[in-house]
Amino acid sequence: MKPWLVALAAIVTRENLRFVRQRGRFLAALVRPLVWLVVFAAGFRAVLGVSIIPPYQTYITYEVYILPGLCGMIQLFNGMQSSLSLVYDHEMGSMRLLLTSPLPRWWLLFSKLLAGVVVSILQVAVFLAIAAMSGITMPPVGYVAVVPALLASGLMLGALGLLISSTVRQLENFAGVMNFVIFPMFFLSSALYPLWKMAESSSLLRDICALNPFTYAVELIRFALYGELNLTALVWVSASFVLFMLAALWGYDPARAMLRSKG
Amino acid sequence: MIGLEISHVSYSYGSSKALDDVSFSVKAGRFCALLGPNGAGKSTLFALLTRLLVTGEGRISVAGFDIARDPRAALARIGVVFQQPTLDLDMTVRRNLNYFAGLHGLSGRPAAAAIEAALTQLGMAERADERVRALNGGHRRRMEIARALIHGPEILLLDEPTVGLDAASRQAITDHVHLLAESGLAVLWATHLVDEIRPDDQAVVLHRGKILSNGSADGLPGGQGLAKAFLTMTGEKREVPA
Repeated sequence: MKPWLVALAAIVTRENLRFVRQRGRFLAALVRPLVWLVVFAAGFRAVLGVSIIPPYQTYITYEVYILPGLCGMIQLFNGMQSSLSLVYDHEMGSMRLLLTSPLPRWWLLFSKLLAGVVVSILQVAVFLAIAAMSGITMPPVGYVAVVPALLASGLMLGALGLLISSTVRQLENFAGVMNFVIFPMFFLSSALYPLWKMAESSSLLRDICALNPFTYAVELIRFALYGELNLTALVWVSASFVLFMLAALWGYDPARAMLRSKG
Repeated sequence: MIGLEISHVSYSYGSSKALDDVSFSVKAGRFCALLGPNGAGKSTLFALLTRLLVTGEGRISVAGFDIARDPRAALARIGVVFQQPTLDLDMTVRRNLNYFAGLHGLSGRPAAAAIEAALTQLGMAERADERVRALNGGHRRRMEIARALIHGPEILLLDEPTVGLDAASRQAITDHVHLLAESGLAVLWATHLVDEIRPDDQAVVLHRGKILSNGSADGLPGGQGLAKAFLTMTGEKREVPA
């Protein structure tokens, strides 16, 4: 077992060092949700009334409502960005290096995935700290309980990114994927508005949101921030993770020629 | 003693055959040059040897381990230098090597010792704490060779390792790798540059997925004549006369 953990540690360390070195990426990852929190939420606070729904015990402001959704957004972007780095790695050859390790391929890909999740949890932690400083705080137990929730949601979103990276071979194609994956996933979820609010305008949209795994990632985080477990969300997130991961492993099966384009 | 054995290996990308019934072996302690123009199938063969691709046709054995049946044992005995650079430019040489050691399950003191030994062997020890970005092309390549040696492989694969290097660096790297072969490694060196090969090296000529000849470089039919013929062929991309 020891070589497995050593490899995992090496991959996680590398990913985190790379992230810290890329200051621009670090800032973008923070500024994006903060802009949403400050600008978007301020504008919408007046328009949207959010009634009392679990896990909230009282009326809440819109900022408080979208905080978990923005945590999910950080992880969504991070998951896609890690897969962007995989597409880049394909081209640069460091994915080849990773896959020639004598450890099982599924473990290597899982380690790569987990490394990305660790990075995303660090981002969320900094974001929550800034939010807390500006007065949007959660119960103390929430800051602990959210870590396993972020781990689960991060793994699910990372596996989705991994799956996409196994099918996208060129960086150019990736921009399209961002538009067709990130935006629909984010907007068609409970990140910005509760599902009952969505149902008021369109029951079809509500149903789509209710099938979107990202909705459950957000709800898992939302409940965890109040120290509660949303079991339905956990089941959805876990099942989606398994599904995406199996599909990604299938995509990276050497018998299916991941480097088809290289002669 | 057999290092690397390739028997009756074929591989197709859809309907185009990249490798067609390829067989040869490289003994431990030998430097084998895999000569072929661009598109000959060298990179495909390397992808099969490192299990980035798998084929149902033929058998590849690495230090006695069948890569299809026992891929992990086989991969643990291979050191690879890829054609494209695979370094993290903003990290130090040592960090890059540590990462690789970790991928092979090495950590702590054994990893540090293996890294030190590999760097010393390639004359790179004093550069261990420099960022890769600060190194020139020749030193980056040397570092990649050092990296490929950390886990103590029995087979060393190099895919056109001197591409883009100046004459002095090419010479230095070619000499280094010949020394590694003399120390007991089985070396497979893909190239299209005939001047990197010494007369007593093994030379395998691959063209359009087939082996045209296999033997001591100076013993090939036509001797140096073939080398010249090959050079002309790679230069003009014409088919080699059989």
